[in-house]
Amino acid sequence: MPDGNAEHFPGPIHQPPLVANVDAIQPHEHAEHAHHPRLQHHFDDMAQQAEASTLGMWVFLITEIMFFGGLFMAYLLYRSNSPEGFQEASHHLNVTWGAVNTIVLIVSSLTMALAVRAAQTDQPGRTQAAWIALTMLFGTAFLGVKAIEYTDKFTHHLVPGPHFRWEGHHPAAAEMFYSLYFCMTGLHALHMIIGLGIMTWLLVTALKDRYDSDYYTPVEVAGLYWHFVDIVWIFLFPLLYLIGAHAA
Amino acid sequence: MSADHVAPKSLYYAVFAALIVGTLLTYAAARVDMGALNNVVMLTIALTKALLVILFFMHVRWGTRLTWLVVASGFFWLLILFSITMTDFLTRGWIAGSLR
Repeated sequence: MPDGNAEHFPGPIHQPPLVANVDAIQPHEHAEHAHHPRLQHHFDDMAQQAEASTLGMWVFLITEIMFFGGLFMAYLLYRSNSPEGFQEASHHLNVTWGAVNTIVLIVSSLTMALAVRAAQTDQPGRTQAAWIALTMLFGTAFLGVKAIEYTDKFTHHLVPGPHFRWEGHHPAAAEMFYSLYFCMTGLHALHMIIGLGIMTWLLVTALKDRYDSDYYTPVEVAGLYWHFVDIVWIFLFPLLYLIGAHAA
Repeated sequence: MSADHVAPKSLYYAVFAALIVGTLLTYAAARVDMGALNNVVMLTIALTKALLVILFFMHVRWGTRLTWLVVASGFFWLLILFSITMTDFLTRGWIAGSLR
């Protein structure tokens, strides 16, 4: 048996190979009931495994908070440097598109929460997939609106760089505002695109009926990510679009 | 499991309605000139909306104490970033003439 790993393992010849299904060689110490096939060997039970995954995701989201936090810090600094300039620059953003996108993202957060709930309550894979598909639909709509807005900024010379043109009183502050606008909404849009990738994978696996009330950690964790991206926008919308709304 | 609690659909719809109302409210408030108070109002509404999403959509409301601690610490670090940077930035002019 040249391909059998058991040959190289000191012990009885009937020792199962180390690389095989880990569940098969686990001593069933807690085996009041059979191990769930999704339970990794380093966890005691499904509850501990799910809690570890959720906590791990939150730790990742904290690094994300600091990632976006740096940009919010830059915004705070430059805005306190030139509050009037930022107000003047913000006035040229389309508040209606911003508000529409805020509502679109909130709807997508609702459908995401309902996707997690569908898995939690043992609803069939295609029901879960339907909620995930709706989430993706609204996520895509958000990016579509963003594309319209970006195009508008390019045609009106509001993209920082050699072609930036500003007729107002604070051209330097306006250019800084639009630099931050593109950095912050761009990083946010990148997160949306990554989120759509995660959702595609989630959609496929949900259609294979992989998630139920015993195991839905991927849906839960992907949901945490999606809601986090929504929260970033909840702050971006007023800070970018609304600070100039009452001016002229 | 920390998120094993299944929230009723009605709760999710209520949170959703509150988020929409918050969005409309912040939009309406921004059109009124309240001076510096505009920022206070807009950030209060945004923080409330974020809190609703974190507590209910992200299930922290039913999470373990460890989850609470981790989430709170994230925002605490953000607060440190903002406050220490601004204490430096806003007070630079104060000592410009006194350090000779």
